[in-house]
Amino acid sequence: MDRRETIKALMAGSVASSFVITSCGPDESTMKNAKVGTENGEGFSTIETGAFDLDKEGHGYGRTPEEEAYDVKLLSDTFFNEHEMATIAILADIIIPADDVSGSATDAGVPEFIEFIVKDMPYHQIPVRGGLMWLDHESNKRFNKVFKDLSDQQRIDIVDDIAYPKDVKPEFTQGTKFFSHIRNLVATGFFSSKMGIEDIGYVGNTPNVWDGVPEDVLKKHNKSYDEKYMDQYIKPDQRNEIASWD
Amino acid sequence: MSFQIKEQSKKYDVCIVGSGAGGGMAAKILSEAGLKIALLEAGPDFDPANPDQMTQLKWSYESPRRGASTKYRNFGDFDMAYGGWQLEGEPYTTKDGTKFNWFRSRMLGGRTNHWGRISLRFGELDFKRKDFDGKGDNWPISYNDIAPYYDRVDKLIGVFGTKEGIFNEPDGYFLPPPKPRLHELYLKDATGKSKIPMIPSRLSILTQKVNDKRGACFFCSQCNRSCSVYGDFSSSSVLVKPSLESNNVDLYVNAMVREVLTDNNGLATGVSYIDKTDLQEYQVKAKVVVLAASAASSARILLNSKSASHPNGLANSSDHVGHYIHDSTGAGRSAIVPALMDRKRYNEDGVGGMHMYTPWWLNDEVKKKDMGFTRGYHIEYWGGMGMPSYGFGFGVENYNTMASDDSSKKAGGYGAGLKEDIRRYYGATVGFAGRGESVPQWSNYCEIDSDVVDKYGIPVLKFHYKWTDDEVNQAKHMADTFDEIIHNMGGIPTGPKPGPESNYGLKAPGEIIHEVGTTRMGNDKNTSVVNKYNQAHDVKNLFVMDGGPFVSQADKNPTWTILALAWRASDYLVDELKKMNI
Ligand SMILES: Cc1cc2nc3c(=O)[nH]c(=O)nc-3n(C[C@H](O)[C@H](O)[C@H](O)COP(=O)(O)OP(=O)(O)OC[C@H]3O[C@@H](n4cnc5c(N)ncnc54)[C@H](O)[C@@H]3O)c2cc1C
Ligand code: SF4
Repeated sequence: MDRRETIKALMAGSVASSFVITSCGPDESTMKNAKVGTENGEGFSTIETGAFDLDKEGHGYGRTPEEEAYDVKLLSDTFFNEHEMATIAILADIIIPADDVSGSATDAGVPEFIEFIVKDMPYHQIPVRGGLMWLDHESNKRFNKVFKDLSDQQRIDIVDDIAYPKDVKPEFTQGTKFFSHIRNLVATGFFSSKMGIEDIGYVGNTPNVWDGVPEDVLKKHNKSYDEKYMDQYIKPDQRNEIASWD
Repeated sequence: MSFQIKEQSKKYDVCIVGSGAGGGMAAKILSEAGLKIALLEAGPDFDPANPDQMTQLKWSYESPRRGASTKYRNFGDFDMAYGGWQLEGEPYTTKDGTKFNWFRSRMLGGRTNHWGRISLRFGELDFKRKDFDGKGDNWPISYNDIAPYYDRVDKLIGVFGTKEGIFNEPDGYFLPPPKPRLHELYLKDATGKSKIPMIPSRLSILTQKVNDKRGACFFCSQCNRSCSVYGDFSSSSVLVKPSLESNNVDLYVNAMVREVLTDNNGLATGVSYIDKTDLQEYQVKAKVVVLAASAASSARILLNSKSASHPNGLANSSDHVGHYIHDSTGAGRSAIVPALMDRKRYNEDGVGGMHMYTPWWLNDEVKKKDMGFTRGYHIEYWGGMGMPSYGFGFGVENYNTMASDDSSKKAGGYGAGLKEDIRRYYGATVGFAGRGESVPQWSNYCEIDSDVVDKYGIPVLKFHYKWTDDEVNQAKHMADTFDEIIHNMGGIPTGPKPGPESNYGLKAPGEIIHEVGTTRMGNDKNTSVVNKYNQAHDVKNLFVMDGGPFVSQADKNPTWTILALAWRASDYLVDELKKMNI
């Protein structure tokens, strides 16, 4: 498979999204990715579930010196203030709550991921920050309080108005746009975390021997392998013998 | 500080510029012949087994951006290309409002560290397309000239596949192919309904070992991250590294070549380069210069190598350097397949790429009917239960009602229902990528921008590239074919079908990253830059061994042909040196 398509395959859920950042081609978002966060703050934000290690050569995930410096710069900036982070955490757990399969977005470190990603991809900054302001404004209008201080039911009242982009009242179009945006970041942050990957049931990324689709799955889907090729396919026990054609 | 050009004291038999597919092969063959080689590479050293550089088997959450792309790695945080569509301080430009996107990797092994490993031979027709449709030009060689070298490349490097006996899709010496994945079985049935062939893919991945230096593939599906056991083909680990063991090769990394040096007779004497670590200019002297910096970069070096005897740039008396640059065409599509929803989970990573593909199947039709285009395309497929990374879970509102029996279900949402939706659709998307042959045009070219230099002071390339109706009509045919296959498998296309407003989804020139043809080969020195052995007509001790010499590039990805031609040219070069012709 072509590399570009592989990336897209890894992001299978991302198809046809209006602002999806696929890595295929020189899309705007990638190219504009040069500027980093606008606000300076102290300390490093950490991504609890992440495993990169700033003390290690290559940061533990094969960085070049330029990339290391870029990561450090991003991590040493702070973008969201405390109030914004608290609001993001509440929204994140509304979008991805704990259920009987896995924990919630905050359990998986999603707010910290969002703090990082808006610095890494600055084009998220205005829509997310502005969206949070919109949300507080709407909350104030309805209930005289910022979103964070609303009751669960009051929060859901607002969320229900902005969570369904194809059934939206005209006065909520911007709010809906924001909700879709933050839903993307929360969903991706969750499902690419350790907890989320376990939840979705991805069981690869480990040495193994591929010997075809399991028998029960073939049966269920009413598929079978072409007899003509059965002799030619990989023979797991012969992989380490040196091939010869003579 | 005075600016002084320093000359490396050692004299070499051959100086090779670039360590990608072409340069790696040249280094291997020429060093084995006992020649003393300087191999110059603009990027840093790289070894996929070096733990400080390795990204294979990392989890998405081991990257703070969950594997998303950055300006440093355009295809994602784990992709093994140091480079991308733009390199800091190394611009390129375009002219007349045309578009060309140029992907460069700067590292030992070049773009072969992350390439797709699709390793196809050109067929007999592919070397003689003018005879077939009257367009473009024939190659000065035929399939029989190159076949023995394809054979050798197959055996040296390893490629899996099956002998099919299809006209113009030559078989080779194959390793065993992997069994198809579930979505590939669905696609096989769907293509079958429309009599579109679908056969095991041909990728240079070791499903069985070819020697004791490289491990067998262990099915992590991450070849684009470059394999730490060398189970896939990268020039760096498979060609360059072994050649360094011979002690005949001195590798210069971070060596950015500016120009080829010549003497009063117009012969090449070596190259000059900027050492990126100290920004000083150096010279390397050699009896023969081999350019393999990638098609556009080699053209740039030639055009920048101006002298009294070569006012036009080196090897350019024909004025053809840079002209006939051509990329593959490309268009894609994806669909959700309801039958693949709610799948049972198991590890289906497989090899780093598709297990089946569709070779071009309408050579007869385009000849008989007026279809608006005459050159073919192949189809690559993707899909499956991959590792979620940045972007996964985006755009739920675009699909969560697509295949739902519940009519009250609304697009979007949140909460436990959202989690469940994302689980249900995991692994249910399949994708299509058409990759086709374009007709090379004189009017598509790269030249030196008269106003712009890069940060090393080297004048940069300016591109001028337009598709013709042939390519647009071919893309239209791709779009129709994809929708037909999707329909056959009960799939639901994601997004509207691309129409004339977008050239039917035809990607901009350069985006398929198969740019070749800038120094095309031929028998006539007035209409070509190199002869049929990749040797410059004008300068007998200068060779080009990347994709530059391609006359046309078939619908097949170029690298296997670059490798075979570089081997063939290297054999010829050794022979000519022996005969004292050079
Ligand atoms: C995402 C992707 C997927 C691909 N998939 C496939 C595929 O499946 N099948 C296929 O056949 N092809 C594929 N290709 C194309 C393939 O990568 C190229 O055809 C191949 O790498 C070209 O080899 P090359 O030696 O000409 O150049 P490169 O591999 O580009 O190597 C050129 C080298 O020269 C160096 N260099 C450049 N300029 C200078 C200079 N001035 N001085 C010194 N060194 C210099 C560069 O740093 C680089 O290392 C793919 C490419 C990409 C990007
Ligand atoms: S798929 Fe196989 S060859 Fe490719 S990187 Fe993984 S183990 Fe190596």
